[in-house]
Amino acid sequence: MTTLLQQLINGLSLGSIYALLALGYTMVYGIIKLINFAHGDIYMLGAFWGYYTINFWHFNFIFALVSAMFVCAVAGVVIEYLAYRPLRHAPRITALITAIGVSYFLENIMSYLYGADTRNFPQVIKQVNYTIFGVRISNIQILILATACFLMILLQLIIKKTKMGRAMRAVSVDADAAELVGININRTISFTFALGSSMAGAAGVLIGLYYNSIDPLMGMTPGIKAFVAAVVGGIGSVPGASLGGFLIGLLETAVQSVGLSAYKDAAVYLVLIIILLVLPAGIFGKNVKEKV
Amino acid sequence: MAMLEVKDLAVNYGVINAVKGVSFEINQGEIVSLIGANGAGKTTILKTISGLLKPASGTITYEGQPIQKQKAPKIVAAGISQVPEGRHIFPGMSVKENLQMGAFLQSNRQSMTDSFEAVYQRFPVLKERLDQDAATLSGGEQQMLAMGRALMSKPKLLLLDEPSMGLAPIFINEIFDIVEAIKEQGTTVLLIEQNAKKALAIADRGYVLASGEVKMSGTGAELLANQDVQKAYLGG
Repeated sequence: MTTLLQQLINGLSLGSIYALLALGYTMVYGIIKLINFAHGDIYMLGAFWGYYTINFWHFNFIFALVSAMFVCAVAGVVIEYLAYRPLRHAPRITALITAIGVSYFLENIMSYLYGADTRNFPQVIKQVNYTIFGVRISNIQILILATACFLMILLQLIIKKTKMGRAMRAVSVDADAAELVGININRTISFTFALGSSMAGAAGVLIGLYYNSIDPLMGMTPGIKAFVAAVVGGIGSVPGASLGGFLIGLLETAVQSVGLSAYKDAAVYLVLIIILLVLPAGIFGKNVKEKV
Repeated sequence: MAMLEVKDLAVNYGVINAVKGVSFEINQGEIVSLIGANGAGKTTILKTISGLLKPASGTITYEGQPIQKQKAPKIVAAGISQVPEGRHIFPGMSVKENLQMGAFLQSNRQSMTDSFEAVYQRFPVLKERLDQDAATLSGGEQQMLAMGRALMSKPKLLLLDEPSMGLAPIFINEIFDIVEAIKEQGTTVLLIEQNAKKALAIADRGYVLASGEVKMSGTGAELLANQDVQKAYLGG
């Protein structure tokens, strides 16, 4: 029972980071039907930004987090503007391959500039462990969970209640109709990239704090896992991405806890295969029905 | 001076010349109907006016300003609002949210409340279903929602693309009554229809399109009485 609870805590902490990442995938897919494979590398940029600002500018956690979100939002918007926008009317596979190219570009430019070595993420917050009913939980885990949940609720409010959020939903269901009511499509897409990338930036800082190590290729595997999470939840669905992220985090911890650590990545991909076979639209995926 | 003047408009889809040098005009306060068979270029013309498509050549002048190079949001802001063919309401959003989207460019709260009131008055059925997912409405109700959404921006010129398409006969009559009522309230209407008889009956003037060109024009009554029009579009 204690082990189970312990793994639940660990799984939720990791899962909340996947969830933050998955949100970016799902929002970008929702609006321009692009699997943005460079999304994991935005998360890496966020982690590096956190590393530098904490080490050299002595930012505290909140400052590092918020500035990383801002910097990643800008990076996301610039990437969309330079790499994806010129391909807006090209076949989807072209944009997809471009996304892979952007991903390699970011990984290699960061390796070139800062070296490919793994670095220790600064301990901006001193780790304190609490033991409750035999379950060990660290202040870092609580911070990660709380931050991630706060950001997800904030995002949901932005999407549901604000004008830009409504514009995002309108463009993702019907871009032509959205344009006819006066929505600026390009600005809405930029906004979506900014939101999604800022979530990835936050996830980058949080993972640095959790695992204490960062490197230029750190975005590859979590990027793919977050993509799996988005598919599991139903790509295009925001609550689905959050749920999918938590599920993948829990699954990974569960596989580790039964002694199959070496297979934790394989387990995630196995889930992807099963979901695609039995529930291709994902848990919250919409089977879009059109009335003619 | 005409409110909207389309001159020598040509629009291509790739290598296909969908519209080949069409000219027509709309005066303030009129209902003008464009009729013609499928593929005559009617929808293409409408999409070009509202800025979704760019013309290969020709001009579109609205209130004295050329608008053929403007993007759709600018054109909406200038007072032209389109109800697209097939309604294109936003599924997954409530009726109220759909209407809010129609007022996307309005920032004045009072004017938005007025728009809502006007739409509720025109379409009482929408008021009853404010919180319902728009996708669950019937076809006729969706058409009303699409029209209500377009009216939320308080347009001076309303572009209607096949508003009666796929609707039950009872709704068709209602929609045409509403179009007339919209005109009575001072909004100019450009109506595209395959239901030529009804479209010409309520029109001040009409144009007959075929293969991307204007073949005939006149008042609604003249075109209704014309033998060629009767043969080709009114079933003899």
